[in-house]
Amino acid sequence: MLEIKNLHATVDGKEILKGIDLTVNAGEIHAIMGPNGSGKSTLSYVLSGREGYEMTEGEVLFKGRNLIDMEPEERAGEGVFLAFQYPVEIPGVPNTTFLKEALNSVRRYRGEDELDAMQFVKLVREKTKLLHMSDDMLKRAVNVGFSGGEKKRNEALQMAILEPSLAILDETDSGLDIDALKTVADSVNLLRKPENALLVITHYQRLLDYIVPDHVHVLAQGRIQRSGGKELALELEKNGYAAFTAGAAA
Amino acid sequence: MSDSMTTETFTDHPFVAHWGALRDALPGQDLPWLSQLRESALKRFAGSGLPTPKQESWKYTNLRPIEKVGFGVDGAPRACISIDRAPSLLPAASDHHRLVFVDGHYRADLSTLGKLPDGAELTTLREMLARDPDWVEAQLGVTANEPGQPLLALNTAMMMNGFVLRLAKGAVLHDPIEVVHLGGAGDRPLAYHPRNLVVLEAGSQATLIEHHTHMAPMNEEGQPYYANIGTEVVLAEGAVLHHYKLQAEALNAFHTATVHAEVAAGALYDAFAMSTGARLSRNEIAVRLAGEAANCHLNGAYLLRGEQHCDNTTRIDHLVPSTACSEVFKGVVDDRARAVFQGKITVHRDAQHTNGHQLSKVLLLSDKAEIDAKPELEIYADDVVCSHGATAGDLDHNALFYLRARGIPEPTARAMLIEAFLAETVHNIAAQGLCPALMSSIGHWLADRRGDL
Repeated sequence: MLEIKNLHATVDGKEILKGIDLTVNAGEIHAIMGPNGSGKSTLSYVLSGREGYEMTEGEVLFKGRNLIDMEPEERAGEGVFLAFQYPVEIPGVPNTTFLKEALNSVRRYRGEDELDAMQFVKLVREKTKLLHMSDDMLKRAVNVGFSGGEKKRNEALQMAILEPSLAILDETDSGLDIDALKTVADSVNLLRKPENALLVITHYQRLLDYIVPDHVHVLAQGRIQRSGGKELALELEKNGYAAFTAGAAA
Repeated sequence: MSDSMTTETFTDHPFVAHWGALRDALPGQDLPWLSQLRESALKRFAGSGLPTPKQESWKYTNLRPIEKVGFGVDGAPRACISIDRAPSLLPAASDHHRLVFVDGHYRADLSTLGKLPDGAELTTLREMLARDPDWVEAQLGVTANEPGQPLLALNTAMMMNGFVLRLAKGAVLHDPIEVVHLGGAGDRPLAYHPRNLVVLEAGSQATLIEHHTHMAPMNEEGQPYYANIGTEVVLAEGAVLHHYKLQAEALNAFHTATVHAEVAAGALYDAFAMSTGARLSRNEIAVRLAGEAANCHLNGAYLLRGEQHCDNTTRIDHLVPSTACSEVFKGVVDDRARAVFQGKITVHRDAQHTNGHQLSKVLLLSDKAEIDAKPELEIYADDVVCSHGATAGDLDHNALFYLRARGIPEPTARAMLIEAFLAETVHNIAAQGLCPALMSSIGHWLADRRGDL
């Protein structure tokens, strides 16, 4: 589904990613772990098309198509979803308006009919019920006045509505207490389908207790230093990242 | 403009020349006090001409383009104009009182005054001059009596008509009043000078909605016109006036409006003006908070494009203790358009416990768009809470990326953020029935721009 080959990327002219190779197949969960400043968030922004994050070398294919040439909205249409580390507050835009516009934009992109107001309300009810969310969050402005947990659950709701084939969870655990973390992880697990894939970017192992990865990659100094199974996450939790940062520097 | 401007007089100014063409058509010619008022105003205008950027309060707005058009005047309404249905900003089924003016002339056939409660009078200035000239004499030019306002002087000299709202003590108008001005009906460029009087006695309440728009069909340009409006508002103790305005003039029109409001103890003047039209416009509002716990809200929104110029100039005088004002102006400026915001708040020596807040926020959508913001606080009392702020910038890049990352195409995402930015000002207004029309005028503006956003 996702093929990253020798990806180099810069932010403000500074090279952050220095040759990443990664293949994610349908149905798989990959975890990218690494210390602060290793390039984890840069990778998520390069994949989602944020301005200022520039690929300088290499190739990223999504379902065989060149992802980097696409606008952010086209990537969303193709099925890439970034769950933000810090979901943005948008005063004045009601959450329902936002969700409906997003869904219908993606449906238009995919050549599907737009949902009318009734159909949309029905779909949202279904999804909020699935994720045990209250309708209250729908009426408020996007993420405005939401707690950390509510913001992440709102990301999960967007994911449930847009049904992406590849979801990138960028430090989804940051700012969450253990109960909120479990709730969000449960939501993500509920949305899993065999034809979809997950890329979980995290500093700590604890999220991976709830979203169990098939593959774990250690990102440090702009490169994947080591890959392994889920047991690699436990090893990192025990020994830290020192071996990778020191090793790479040496 | 040459330096000789300051010493020159303007007896041959084209607007002064309008006097000859207009005088026989003006109302109240049999009233000596009125003739005197007009003539002295004309003399003042002839002494100054139109304001120029040399005057401090006109530094950012140049009226020279008005002089270049070559406006004429029409003493009588044109009989041939037929308008099937003048537009309304309120829901079709709503009960409200409606006055319609075309090129400044009252059109009784298009107006529906409706049933007014006891103690309420809603009519035209012309009618009021015939009905109760003594009352008009006691009001006209009393609130708006400051020297150095050439546009108001011009209005006083040439005023042909306008609306009058007079509420007796305790009278409450539940249904809003809608005043519609349609410009550009003439076969040549016309100037007109409506003069309005709003006098609310103690404890009375009303909602007034002004809609300034034009006759030209969609995407067609009619004759340019110039509306120069003067409005005097007097609110006695505990009176409440909600005063809303949509300025959606033709894009080749000129619009200058001067409002003077006197607010007594416990009264509220709540004003909101949205500007989307006119090549050049100025809303000038001066409010005197003259009694304890007098309060005013002066809010506004504007959407400008092309080479439009829109000036919002406000002055609030806190004259006595415990008065309050709040002021929020939000605008969106695209292309080479230019916005001006001048907001002066003066807290006089005796005005302890004043609460005054002012904010100007602008989105500049192009490199050539401009805002000149000049907030001014002058405080002569020591126990007050006052603040002001002005920001100008582009859309929030984080919010834009967030929307796009969810599949929303960039132009739609930009339009959503612009609409949200302005929606706040609209949703704060008390007349909820007006909100859909204001939001839809924002929506139309954005839809027109969609390709360029």
